[in-house]
Amino acid sequence: MTRSDLPSENGGRHGGDVVLQVIDLRMYLHTRWGVTKAVDGVTFDLHAGETLGIVGESGCGKSMLALSLVRLTPEPASRFEGGQVLLDGDDLVALTDKKMRRIRGKKISMILQDPQQSLNPVFTIGNQLEEAIRIHGGADSKEETKQRAKAALQEVHVPEPERRLKNYPHEMSGGMKQRVVGAMAMVYKPTVLIADEPTTALDVTIQAQYLRLLRDLQRRTGVAMIVISHDFGVIAETCDRVAVMYAGKFVEQGPVADVFDNPSHPYTKGLLDSHPRYVGTARRLRSIEGAPPELTNLPPGCRFSPRCGLAGPECHESEPEPRQVSADHVTWCFKSEELPWASH
Amino acid sequence: MGQPLIEVEGLRKLFPIKGGPLNARTLGHVRAIDGVSFTIDTGETFALVGESGCGKTTTARTILRLYTPDEGRVLLEGRDVHALTGDDLKAFRLAVQAVFQDPWASLNPRMRAGTLVAEALVANQRLPKAEVKARVAALLERMGFPAWKADLFPYEFSGGQRQRIALASALITGPKLIVLDEPVSALDLSVQAQVINLLKDIQEESQTTFLLIAHDLDTVRYVADRVGVMYLGQLVEETDTEELFENPKHPYTQALLNSRLPLHPKDRREELQVMGEAPSPMNPPAGCRFRTRCPFAMDVCTEVPARVQIAEGHSVACHLYSE
Repeated sequence: MTRSDLPSENGGRHGGDVVLQVIDLRMYLHTRWGVTKAVDGVTFDLHAGETLGIVGESGCGKSMLALSLVRLTPEPASRFEGGQVLLDGDDLVALTDKKMRRIRGKKISMILQDPQQSLNPVFTIGNQLEEAIRIHGGADSKEETKQRAKAALQEVHVPEPERRLKNYPHEMSGGMKQRVVGAMAMVYKPTVLIADEPTTALDVTIQAQYLRLLRDLQRRTGVAMIVISHDFGVIAETCDRVAVMYAGKFVEQGPVADVFDNPSHPYTKGLLDSHPRYVGTARRLRSIEGAPPELTNLPPGCRFSPRCGLAGPECHESEPEPRQVSADHVTWCFKSEELPWASH
Repeated sequence: MGQPLIEVEGLRKLFPIKGGPLNARTLGHVRAIDGVSFTIDTGETFALVGESGCGKTTTARTILRLYTPDEGRVLLEGRDVHALTGDDLKAFRLAVQAVFQDPWASLNPRMRAGTLVAEALVANQRLPKAEVKARVAALLERMGFPAWKADLFPYEFSGGQRQRIALASALITGPKLIVLDEPVSALDLSVQAQVINLLKDIQEESQTTFLLIAHDLDTVRYVADRVGVMYLGQLVEETDTEELFENPKHPYTQALLNSRLPLHPKDRREELQVMGEAPSPMNPPAGCRFRTRCPFAMDVCTEVPARVQIAEGHSVACHLYSE
């Protein structure tokens, strides 16, 4: 697939310039069971100030895609087999580890699912925040480092920041810890912030507050965000655009409202139909038959074809090229013009 | 709907916090549940919802006899389940079954699917081997498995399939009540639908009563007939599912419903009640436990609110509705 196959993305719509370009990225894991094609030809642009959601079920490669962007994929199994990740003139795939370390955390940073595992239990919050600040030589004196750590906590609305800096992680609740992790990721006002299932470990009331916080942070700093989630509610709450991922590839990508109103891939439609939220209490839930394919042993043709009710002969033979549904909305489906639920 | 199958009366369970030399001293108690009462009618699905640590799982485990209550009782068809002995206890174990959240943890990895499904029956009832085998095969078929899959081990099944095996092993005894503790939250979205549909079908066919523990309010709305909302060990509101979602009364219920994520990007709300986090159940606030986070808190809230009936089948424990 070449760049010209994709519709021109309307940068003006989200206000910002393109800050991150991912072009045909391929990251495979070489395991003793074979080659797992975790990320297999993913292309997208990310604009300043916008949020792109990546949604999919477990094992679809969404977390591996996120880790690929910050080059934290599991070693030594992972290998980049092609493609580029362009950030500020650098191709992150081609950088040396040393150069990548200067960019990671400064220009592109990440919030992980479980704050419990992102924080070191034997150091105080202050210790860990100050380390994040020192690493890129951000402050001149100890005093300044302290001040910046305090400011970082204020930025994410942690009450009594001075007292909290002296706390150990176990002295804080899950929601508070996730705020600290957010503060750490935002210390250098990165260009790109990736949040991988940022609220899965949190309770519903805390989840709503945290997602609001992310939106606030974005409004204040203009950071471009990628939110990875399996939950369409999280996507609806935070994202401007969304990409649906299945077996290592995007199957649909578009403005979030368009994808919800007019799902143009049978997999997207299937996911929406299987949730009680979108079905209403009177109707029966529809589940998608079968299970996602093993990434070591992919079916020929469209990867969703073995589970797809609409699949025809071409679906089992060749991989679909991207097709434009509307200005910004693309689907990788041969049947996109004859979907029975489509409104056109 | 019928006669109450389960009556829970003033249930209280405290867990001691140990400390000091040799952990010999009791430093305090976690008040996991503190005065919870409700009834479940035969054939209905009653759901308990609330944030983690609110005591919904402790309540369920006490009903299952996995915990002994410190105060209060649980009645199954009028009999105190914690006083049962001998044959009555065996009958209880046939009558009450459970499906837990994580099908990777709840199925013994060294037992074959058929053995797992038969276990509760074999342990509590003397039946000819052939009959056990026939019942297992029939039930596995009902769950959508071909008969030969009874010889497979749990690792050979996917998450949704495992949860269906767990459900079969609960159903084998022909129970009156099944406790479903977060039955779908460990499953992928497309698989959740299968299990939820199956649960609804089973209930229609067999009139089994369900106690559903869940944090996902959309699932609760889809599955449950009545809902009890728990906060820090207490039941703060109880009513029919649609009434709860359409007309929530307790400020906590309102906040909980408010925190649901939007169905569609156009439903995104700019305004959100910011309400901080729940206090520790080791040292809950005196009076109404929600008052520290409640936007409507008044002076009177330092007193314990009584549970009042505000409409047919709708009760709430809040001073706003005291008069």
